[in-house]
Amino acid sequence: MSTTPERNANAFDAQARDALGDATLKSALRNATDLFAERRTAAIDAVPDWEALREHARQVKDATVARLDHYIGQFADKAEQAGATVHWARDANEACAIVAKIAEDHGAERLVKSKSMATEEIHLNKALAAHDREPVETDLGEWIIQLAGETPSHIIVPAIHMTRDAIGELFVDKLGIPPSNDPKTLCAHARERLRNHFAKADLGISGVNFGVAETGSILILENEGNVRMTTTMPKVHVAVMGIERVIPRFADLEVFLRLLPRSGTGQHLTTYQSILTGTDSPKQRRCGQGPEELHIVLLDNGRSKIAVDEKMRETLACIRCGACLNACPVYQTIGGHAYGSVYPGPIGAILTPQLAGMHEAKPLPFASTLCGACKDVCPVKIDIPSLLLELRQRAVEGTATESPAKRGFFESLTWRMWSWFMRGPKRFRFASAMARFGQRLPLLHRLLPPMAAWHSTRELPKLAKKSFRDSYRPSQGSKQ
Amino acid sequence: MSEASTASRNVALFATCLGDQLSPDTVHATVQVLEHAGCTVTFDPRQTCCGQPAFNSGFWQEARQVARHFINVFEHASAIVAPSGSCTAMVHRFPDLFRDEPEMRERAEKMAHRTFELSSFLVNELGVTDLGAKLNARVGWHDACHGLRDLGIKQEPRQLLAHVDGLELVELKTCESCCGFGGTFSVKSPEISTAMLDHKLDELAMTPIDVLAAVDGSCLMQIRGRLERRGSPVRTMHLAEILASR
Repeated sequence: MSTTPERNANAFDAQARDALGDATLKSALRNATDLFAERRTAAIDAVPDWEALREHARQVKDATVARLDHYIGQFADKAEQAGATVHWARDANEACAIVAKIAEDHGAERLVKSKSMATEEIHLNKALAAHDREPVETDLGEWIIQLAGETPSHIIVPAIHMTRDAIGELFVDKLGIPPSNDPKTLCAHARERLRNHFAKADLGISGVNFGVAETGSILILENEGNVRMTTTMPKVHVAVMGIERVIPRFADLEVFLRLLPRSGTGQHLTTYQSILTGTDSPKQRRCGQGPEELHIVLLDNGRSKIAVDEKMRETLACIRCGACLNACPVYQTIGGHAYGSVYPGPIGAILTPQLAGMHEAKPLPFASTLCGACKDVCPVKIDIPSLLLELRQRAVEGTATESPAKRGFFESLTWRMWSWFMRGPKRFRFASAMARFGQRLPLLHRLLPPMAAWHSTRELPKLAKKSFRDSYRPSQGSKQ
Repeated sequence: MSEASTASRNVALFATCLGDQLSPDTVHATVQVLEHAGCTVTFDPRQTCCGQPAFNSGFWQEARQVARHFINVFEHASAIVAPSGSCTAMVHRFPDLFRDEPEMRERAEKMAHRTFELSSFLVNELGVTDLGAKLNARVGWHDACHGLRDLGIKQEPRQLLAHVDGLELVELKTCESCCGFGGTFSVKSPEISTAMLDHKLDELAMTPIDVLAAVDGSCLMQIRGRLERRGSPVRTMHLAEILASR
């Protein structure tokens, strides 16, 4: 398998420029995100109480995050009572080690895996590959990405950046099929290969959409049936679950099941919803149903820190639907890879600096015009623009525990001077006079980096000969 | 006329720093429109900026210093009106900016309630939609993000444009798409900023208009700069300029 291209969040600018130069990516992205956005609009228009649903879901999430330790503890207890084995992982390394150990203990050599952002987050495949146990991805999009040696560029549509032509070429190259770009033909080849992997697999890895505290059940949504097979055909099922996936009651699923598919893909409901509670008794299993063991790996990896951060904790309300990516004009323009992080788009821009640390993702909170389209479509009403602003402040001014990650000497000096000029009307007038003089020197404004950047694609605005304050004469009745 | 509405007709104009320095014609038009609607307009020349550029860049300390100056200048006004949704939305954020200073926070809150963007002030506060304007043009409207999503302004400018004699409003599919400006984003990521705008402007090839209009000078600066670079015949106008056309 070829290597994954090394991208990182701090190289956002260069990665974005690469993406902008890719015409195929541009049309693939625009078509796909527009399509999902249209379907989403149609699906929610049919729900009269959409706003009430969003509000309800957010309240459930807020109440859960406020008592996350209680609910995740309850979930773990109930899951164990139902026959699952629960593991606690403080970080990515611990989580990967736990999964590797389970595989080793069972002598599992052939692993299959369904789509899961938590496993992407901890780079599980890479860790298992080091033990010669790299799982085969069984979600079609993920499988394509794995064949291509790529990383997902969207949280629910991992191969959104690829056209069917590109996928056809990849299949010819990697699978030796006759040339084709017909989706049905390509799917048939994929199905044949994947069925073979399922039949032989001895361990299946999945993610979790929701974990129900009162029953210890996990819910996984999908459209392809591969989750069903991943979680039931092998003898061992390992589910990796971020601790914020927990919801208190089984009845809460109702609201989230109405919100998530509609927001993500514009479906009323996904094709499959698997609710798995522990394991069957040996007697039931004799009929050949279900795995013998269910292991649930509860992943913290920075989440408990976010849960106690009053200003940022709403980040944990996210149900990973991907609606904010499809709505974001920046994501639509550059795609997911440019972000250089597992989670791209608006949610990635707030999540990554918190999970990985601001120093690892300095540009991401700034990779937005703060247009607010993400906030409008978010099914749990996360105020992403405000959280981006909060993170920008932390990046520049630092926090009690983290030094400023993004505070250049010249930029700091510029804003200090700016503030000084803006606080005094006389100084403001002086500065604008200087600027009027400056703009007459054509070289000067070509040399100032911000103006040169503007001028690279747009004509520069000109300061008026006379400002409003210098040209305003109050009419009768009005006064200065 | 109730006392409240009388009071709201005394308007303290916030020209915005961009309006003051780059587009004084827009601000003059704003004064004309407000006076036509029966307001008495005051311009306090101590005013400068709302602080948004520093705030959006993460330099909150500097933003607070400028916001404090704004509050000192404007807090006694009965109504503050700006020809910009973005600057108005920033003033509405002042209470959050001063969340650790209870006294300033209270002053900011009181003032934020009395700060309005031009079209919503005309329609919602004054109940005026017909300003007797005349303009023979096909006009496409850009719903600037902060006005649209932070302040909920959507119908107000359309109601005003509907009463402009000779004006044909052309609804664009991309009317709610961001223009890509985003303050310092426009110069920190100029390529993304421009590609976002081009997506909007590409629609104009299929939808002929004469004027692309908005109620935010910053979006218009971005749009105008690109239209000129692309050699487009479409010109930009601020809502106030349209409403002041005779």
